Order: sequence, then C-alpha cells, then structure tokens
Amino acid sequence: MDLTELIAVGSAERERQKSVRVHCCTSTGCRAANSQEVLQQLQAGITAKGMGDRVEAVGVGCMGFCGRGPLVQVEPAGILYEEVKPDEAPSIITALEGGKAKALQGDIQHPFFAHQVKIVREYSGKIDPERIEEYIAVGGYQSLHKVLYEMTPAEVVTEITRSGLRGRGGGGYPTGLKWATVAKMPGEQKYVICNGDEGDPGAFMDRSVLESDPHLVLEGMAIAGYAIGANHGFIYVRAEYPLAIQRLQKAIQQAKKYGLLGSQIFDSHFDFKIEIRIGAGAFVCGEETALIASIEGGRGNPRPRPPYPAQSGLWHCPTLINNVETFANIAPIVREGADWYASIGTEKSKGTKIFALTGKIRNNGLIEVPMGISLRQIVEEMGGGVPDGQVKAVQTGGPSGGCIPADLLDTPVDYDSLTALGSMMGSGGMVVMDESTNMVEVAHFYMEFCRGESCGKCIPCRAGTVQLYGLLTKLLHKQATPADLDKLKELCAMVKETSLCGLGMSAPNPVLSTLRYFGEEYEALLPSITDLNGRVGRVPVSQ
Amino acid sequence: MASIQTEGAKTAKGSDRPNVGGTDRRFKPLDLAMKRQQYRPEALIEVLHKAQESFGYLEEEVLVYIARGLKLPLSRVYGVATFYHLFSLKPSGAHTCVVCLGTACYVKGSNKVAEGLEQELGIKVGETTPDGKISLMAARCVGACGIAPVVVFDGAVAGKQEPENALARIKEWELG
Repeated sequence: MDLTELIAVGSAERERQKSVRVHCCTSTGCRAANSQEVLQQLQAGITAKGMGDRVEAVGVGCMGFCGRGPLVQVEPAGILYEEVKPDEAPSIITALEGGKAKALQGDIQHPFFAHQVKIVREYSGKIDPERIEEYIAVGGYQSLHKVLYEMTPAEVVTEITRSGLRGRGGGGYPTGLKWATVAKMPGEQKYVICNGDEGDPGAFMDRSVLESDPHLVLEGMAIAGYAIGANHGFIYVRAEYPLAIQRLQKAIQQAKKYGLLGSQIFDSHFDFKIEIRIGAGAFVCGEETALIASIEGGRGNPRPRPPYPAQSGLWHCPTLINNVETFANIAPIVREGADWYASIGTEKSKGTKIFALTGKIRNNGLIEVPMGISLRQIVEEMGGGVPDGQVKAVQTGGPSGGCIPADLLDTPVDYDSLTALGSMMGSGGMVVMDESTNMVEVAHFYMEFCRGESCGKCIPCRAGTVQLYGLLTKLLHKQATPADLDKLKELCAMVKETSLCGLGMSAPNPVLSTLRYFGEEYEALLPSITDLNGRVGRVPVSQ
Repeated sequence: MASIQTEGAKTAKGSDRPNVGGTDRRFKPLDLAMKRQQYRPEALIEVLHKAQESFGYLEEEVLVYIARGLKLPLSRVYGVATFYHLFSLKPSGAHTCVVCLGTACYVKGSNKVAEGLEQELGIKVGETTPDGKISLMAARCVGACGIAPVVVFDGAVAGKQEPENALARIKEWELG
C-alpha cells in the first residue's frame, strides 16, 4: 500500500456511497433502545420504496445524544430524529421525498450540539466503524503516512509537544514530554500501551471513541510507536465493553489486511502490531503500573514509582502509556499541525475534551467542548439544567474527583482550575446532582466503591478506605460524634498522603470536597445535644 | 475436589487430570486458547476468560488444568482468578441480572431497582436463587450512563429501568 493506493481506496469508497445516507447509531446506548431494529426497518423502507440507487441506511457510531436514543440522522441534510421507534423508521425514508416523518425531530441548533468543537469525535456518528474504507474515505491513515515519509521520529515528538496536548486520562501530564522521555530511553524493545480501562463510574467517552472510530485510536498508537521507536502496542479494554472489543478486533484485522498495521507499513521499514488485552473488572487496573501487571498476566497490583513505565514498564522495557482519547487526538494534530491545535483551548490546557454529561440533567450524553468553557455553559446551556429543580453540585473526576457546588459553576473547565477547586478533570465523567441529593451519601457511595476496589497491597488504602467508609456510615446513621468528624478529616489526609498509587491517594477526594463545600450537611448529621442552659443545639465542630 | 459435582468433575473422577481422554467437550475451547497463546504464562487472564466462557465459572479442576497448561503454580492462577471481579469461582444461575450501580445510575435511583430485585428474589446482590435460576449482580459502571439507570439482563443492556419494569422482566424468567 502506498499513498496513491490509499487515496484510491478512499475515492472508491466515496464513489460507492449513495448521495443520501441515513445514519443510525448502533453504539451501546442506542443499541439498548433497540436501534438495530430501527436500522433494519430503515433498510426495509429503502428497499420498499425502490430508492436503493441513491439512499442507503448505515449503522454508525455514537452521535452523542445518548439520553434520546435511538438516534437517526439524514445526511447531508443533517436532519436529526430522536427516540425513533422501529415502526416510525419507514416514514423517515418516505419523508426524504417530501412530507413529514412520524419520528420526533431533534434540534441540531440546540447549544448541546452548537457549542461543541469536534476533533476526536469529528467522524463519530458519521462513519461505519466496522468498515475501514469509510475511515480511509475521510482521510484516515494519511497522518500515519505523513509521519513515516515526511517526518523524523524526533519531529513527531516535537510536534506533539508543541501542540500542548495533555493526557486525557485524568492526570494531565504533557503528552509530548512523556513521548520524549520514552523516545530517549535506550533499549531495542519498547512498547506502546493504550489505556482503555475506563473504570470511573459515570464516564463512557473511551467506550464511545472505541465503538465509533476505532481506527483513529489505532492510527494514533502507530504514530506513537514510530515516534518513540516501538514496534508493539497493546490496547487494554475493559471486559464490560464487549462491543468496543469486537469493533477493535475487526478494525485491527482490516488494518492488517490493508498493510496499515503489521510489517512494513506503507512499504516503509516501520513495523507495528497491536494486540488487545481484555480486563477482568478491576478498577485499579486503570493505574498504569497495575495495568502493566495485568497485561503481564498477573494480579493488577500497582508498584511504587519511580521507576516510571517510561523507564521500566511492560516486561521491564520502556513503555508509553496513554489514554484512548489522547491517542485519538494524535492523527488530527499531525494532519492539521500543532499550531492549529494549540490555538484551541486555554493557555495551559489545549484542545478539546470529551465529557460524559449524566445524572439529573435534561440532555444526557457525550459532548466534546473546547477547554476553558465554563461549567455553567456545559450544565445549563448544553445540558439544559436539571429537570424540575436546581443544580446542587457537579461531580467531576469520578471516585478520584470531587463535587463542585452550584455557585462555582462559572469556573472554566481546564486541568488547573478544577484541581484548584479540589476536584479534577479526571477522564471526563460529569455527573449532575440536584437538591434531592445528599452529599454525605454521595461521599459514602464513592468510599464504598474505593473500599471495594482497593487492591489491598498498601495498608493506608486497604485499611483507610474501610475506616473512612465506617465513619461515613456512622455519620449517616446519626451515631457519629464531633470527634468522629475530626477523625474523618485526619484519616482523609493520611490516606491521601501515604497511599501507594493513585487510587488510594485520590480516594478521600470526594469526602474532602463535600466537606469543603457542603460541610453543613455533615454537621447536620451529628446528634443534637442539650447544652448546660437547656437549649438544644448542635455540637460545635472544630475546623 | 470431588465434592464439586459438575459435568467436568464427573468425567474426571479418579484422575488428577480432568480431561484425560478428552471426554469433556468444554475443555476444547480452553485447549485451543492455550495453544493459540503458545502456553505463555502471561496469557493467563485471556485463558481464564475463555475458561469462564466455556464452563460458566472457574471450578477448581479447571484452575488446576490451566495451571498445568501454562506451567504456573496453582497459587498464582488462584490469586489472579480471585483478584478480578469478573471471574467467578461459584456457578452462576441460568439467568444473570446485573444492576449497574455506577454514579449516574446511582443518582437516578438504581439502588432502588437493586433493592426491589433483592426483595422479589429473596437474595442479596452477588447471590444466586436457591433453585439456580437467577443470579443477581451489581456492576460498577457499564458505560451506558446516557440511559441510566441501567440493568443488564443476560448480557442485553436495558436502559431507563424502574423497579417495576425490571421486576416484570425477572418474573418472565421465573415463569419460563
């Protein structure tokens, strides 16, 4: 395969595509709402009408508005239909010739769509993820060709560094710096790992990217392999995402068949193969050293760092680990240039970020927004606010993050602002909570999660989370004393400072952030006492 | 070992290698998986996945079999099998019902769905009904948060669940 052939595959595909494409989402969310039958009915409708020469119904990836699935979009007109039922599908086809479809029409001018800037999700919901030709038709794998023939590995690293891209898995470590570290390491054998162990409850960005545009991630990994000098990549996906695994397997097979993965990619000297590793339900495996242990076939126990995986990772070889979304940003950066990427976002957080907007909110789904957009714009304008109520808090960063109260919604969304508020960007889960949510219960919920997911290797996390959980339970049962509340704070600090890995270090965050912003809810749970003068009051709490 | 009365155990009676003679067909996918991975010890998790798929759960005989195949100490195989939540050392029911207790589902009341199911079935989350028909389990997050609360019935994701419609589904199983 060379560039001419690649372009020829793309044009042949564009030639094959019909002038009108009716896209139907077949990702997990819409699939659960029966979208496959909708797709069948759309196809049947086209056949019945004899429109097969100019119209085709295509199963595509996620369009983002998961709360209103199944979604159907007619291209190039852009008409969106929401909550389509199978019996309404034929009317969508009939409406192509004029008239109105029976299905509920969505508003694509709504801020939910209008405020989005799509880099990673540009072709998500527009191409069939199970056909590599559709990805090639929109320019896929041209970035890989570009780096192989027009750039040196060092130039690729510089380009990524200049783009200002930071790790999308939550930590926000500069991607270019990580690549440079691995590239500099001596050693013949290096590895690239894609972390698709999206364990944060309430987050499903990586699942959606893998299900909707798997080749984008594979291309990013191959470019990374070239840049750091690795010829072997692993993609670690949670077993809870069967559709993502299935589509990845298919994508890898197809890319190999075209010579875009495997030996001598694009007839160059660069070899790169990618293997899938399936997780087995351990949250801690999202931590990089635990993930490596799991790929090696062992228990997912983390180990102390340094040495960082960049120095000694998989089978003690220098290893580059990035998140799914990080890899998905690579091909667009190579294609459009670092300056273009750096022009989006804020000074220290460049580009876009995908968020999973869920919880008590009108518009549930996935959004890709430029860094620096305010939480208020996301929650109130795009999300449409809380149905019949007020926003009380927004939880970001999952069990490692925190709750941001409603009066701080004007905070811009970037790595540093969220960290300053005691929360974190995390992988991108954003759970909206309304007035009916009890914040101590939320903290209790997360602590139960961390208690269950602690791998048990280090004592602060293993015992600390159990003790914290016990204290929170005691509080909720109104049996706690002010001394317990003090102990809670003390223990939070201890677990945070002394745990081995990110799980333990961040486990107290939900407690600390709710204590910080909703401290009165904790105090209200303390039993009341009758003071010396006979007045009923609350026990004062030391700060 | 002999106390585990399953087909695999029965065919293996009197032998420390359960599949001597290759009578149990469930070992076939397992053998194939190990062969494909060239019996490399690092393929342990993949092989365990295959074993669970084939047998429904990881009985002791199977763990011993895998340990021999991959030339790993049994303690290592047992350690890995017990570390990961998805591996089960107990047989599960004919049907599985997994309630998602992730944050988005939790905020939307999935704990009420779980409680409703617990009451109906008379078991706790993580248990199987005494007749072996239904296993009730909880998931941390299945990534379908847009349609929370979510329940997975025998592998099929169902969104926007209320205690009522989840119970209706379970009743169908109980009758069937």
